[in-house]
Amino acid sequence: MAAIAGPKPVSADTKRRYLVQRVGFALLTVAALVVVLPILYVIGSIVVQGIAAINWEFLFGMPRDGMKAGGIWPAIVGTIVLTISTAVISIPIGVGGAIYLSEYARDTKLTRSIRLALVNLAGIPSVVYGLFGLGMFVIFLGFGTSIVAGALTLAIMTLPVMISAAEEALRAVPMEFRTVSASLGGTRWQGVSRIVLPQALPGIITGVILGLLRVMGETAPILFTVAAFYLPRLPTSPLDQTMALPYHLYVISTQVPGMPPKMQYGTALVLLVFVLSLNLLATLIRSYFRRRRQW
Amino acid sequence: MPDPKIQIDHISYQYDNGKQVLRDISLDVAAHAVTVFFGPAGGGKTTLLRLINRLNDLVDDTHMDGRILLDGEDIYAPDVSVPALRRRVGMVFALPLALPGTIRENVVYGPKLAGQNDRVRLEEIVVRSLRQAALWDEVKDRLDHPALSLSGGQQQRLCIARSLALEPEVLLLDEPTSGLDPISTAKVEDSLSQLKQNYTIIIVPHSVQQAARVADHAAFFLMGELVEYQAGDGLFTAPRDQRTEDYITGRYG
Repeated sequence: MAAIAGPKPVSADTKRRYLVQRVGFALLTVAALVVVLPILYVIGSIVVQGIAAINWEFLFGMPRDGMKAGGIWPAIVGTIVLTISTAVISIPIGVGGAIYLSEYARDTKLTRSIRLALVNLAGIPSVVYGLFGLGMFVIFLGFGTSIVAGALTLAIMTLPVMISAAEEALRAVPMEFRTVSASLGGTRWQGVSRIVLPQALPGIITGVILGLLRVMGETAPILFTVAAFYLPRLPTSPLDQTMALPYHLYVISTQVPGMPPKMQYGTALVLLVFVLSLNLLATLIRSYFRRRRQW
Repeated sequence: MPDPKIQIDHISYQYDNGKQVLRDISLDVAAHAVTVFFGPAGGGKTTLLRLINRLNDLVDDTHMDGRILLDGEDIYAPDVSVPALRRRVGMVFALPLALPGTIRENVVYGPKLAGQNDRVRLEEIVVRSLRQAALWDEVKDRLDHPALSLSGGQQQRLCIARSLALEPEVLLLDEPTSGLDPISTAKVEDSLSQLKQNYTIIIVPHSVQQAARVADHAAFFLMGELVEYQAGDGLFTAPRDQRTEDYITGRYG
C-alpha cells in the first residue's frame, strides 16, 4: 500500500520530537546571543564614542594640560615596552618549562607538584600578583618601581597560560614521530628539536600570544610595580618607570576631574585595538598552520 | 649455528603489575638471513623485537631478565650508547610512519642525526637506500615532494629506505606489510631476499603464509613462550610441536 504513494505521513510522536528540538535549538541560540550581544555592545560603544578622539596627535603626541588634551603616546610606548619585556622573560621560561614537562619529566611527586603549582598560579587574582611584585621585585630585590619589576611580575602572571598551551601543543604531536626518531638513533633532544618542536610551533606561538594577551590589559600588577601617572619623557632604561595604557585609562577615568569623555573612550579604544589585533594574529597563525599540518 | 649475529639469552620481560610478556626466551639469530618471529597476537613478538633495539627503554614500569648479545656483546651493558646501538639495529614499523618533510629529508634524517652533513655523501645515501628499498624508480624525479604524497606502500618502502640509510647491521621489521596491497607486499618481500645478502633480518610477518614465503629460519611464539625454532623451512613442513602445527593449519589464530 505505501510503496508508491509518496513520503510516509509523520506520526504525532515524531512531530512532538521535532518541536522539542526546535525549542531546544532556539534556547541555545538565545543563550549564545546573551553572551555575544553585551560584548558587541561594549565594543560598539567604545568604538563609537572613542573614534572621535583618534587623530595623529592623540596617538603620537605627548599629554598636555594634565592629561586632558594632547596624546597618549607615552602610554602606548609603555604598554609596548612592557609587553616585549614580559615576552623576553617569559618565553624562554614558559616554552622551556613546557618542553621539560612534556618531553622529559617522568610522573614523580616533583612533576605533580609543579603541575599543581601551575594550576594554582593560574587562579591567583591579579592584584595579589601586583603585591607580590611589589614585595619581591620593587622592595626586596631593590629594582624600585621600574620596567624590570613590572615585566618580571607580568612574566610570572603569563607563565601558567603559556606553559599550559605550549605543553598541549607539544603533546598533540603524535608519539610516533618520537619513536621513529629514536629508532633512527636520535637522542631525545634531537627528536624534540628536529621534529616535535617544529610541528608544535604554531600551537606554541598561539600559546605565547595568549599568555601575553592575559597581561597586556592588566592594571593591578603594574599599579604597584611600574606604572606612573605622568612622566615628562619616555623611559630610557629598564629601571625607569613608565606609563601604560591600562593604568592610564584607570587614572583618567577616576582621578582627574573634568576629563573629556572622548579622551577616556579614545584610550579604551586604543587598548582594545591592541588586544583584539593580538588575538586576531593568534587566530590567523593557528588556522594557517592547521591547514598545513602534516598529520 | 656458527657465529650468530644476535643471541637472545633467557630473556623474560614483565610489567611491574605482574603481567608476563615474555617467558625465558632463548634463541640465536643467524647473520645474513631472514629470521621470522611469528605466532598469534599477544605472543610477545613485537616486544621481543623492541628489546633488541632497546626501544622498550622508553616504556616505564617494566622489568627484564636475561641478556641480548649483538656480535657477542651485551647490548644492555651500562656503557652501551643506545643511539649508536639503534644505528646498528634499525627498525621498520607496522604503519608507514613518514616524518614530516620531503622524501629526501626522510631518508637523510638518520645520517644527519649521526652527524653526516656532506651533501655529496648524503645524495649517495639517498640513491643507494631508495634503490635497496625498491623505491628509487618511482620517486627519483620527485625527491623534494612531501613524503606524505606517496601511497601507503611507497611510504612503507620509504621507511625501509630510511632505516637502510644508516647502513645498519640488523634490520627489524614489525609487520611491515600489514597495511599494504598485494603488489606492494610482493615488492617488499622481494627486496628482503636482496637485502639479506648485506643485512641480518628479523621480521614479524602478518600472516603465516608470508612467514613461509620469506623465512630462512622460523621461530613460533605463543603467549610469551618460544614454542619452537627451526633453521631452514622445517618448521612449516615438519613442525615438532603440536601447537605449531595447529596454528599453521589454522586450527586457531
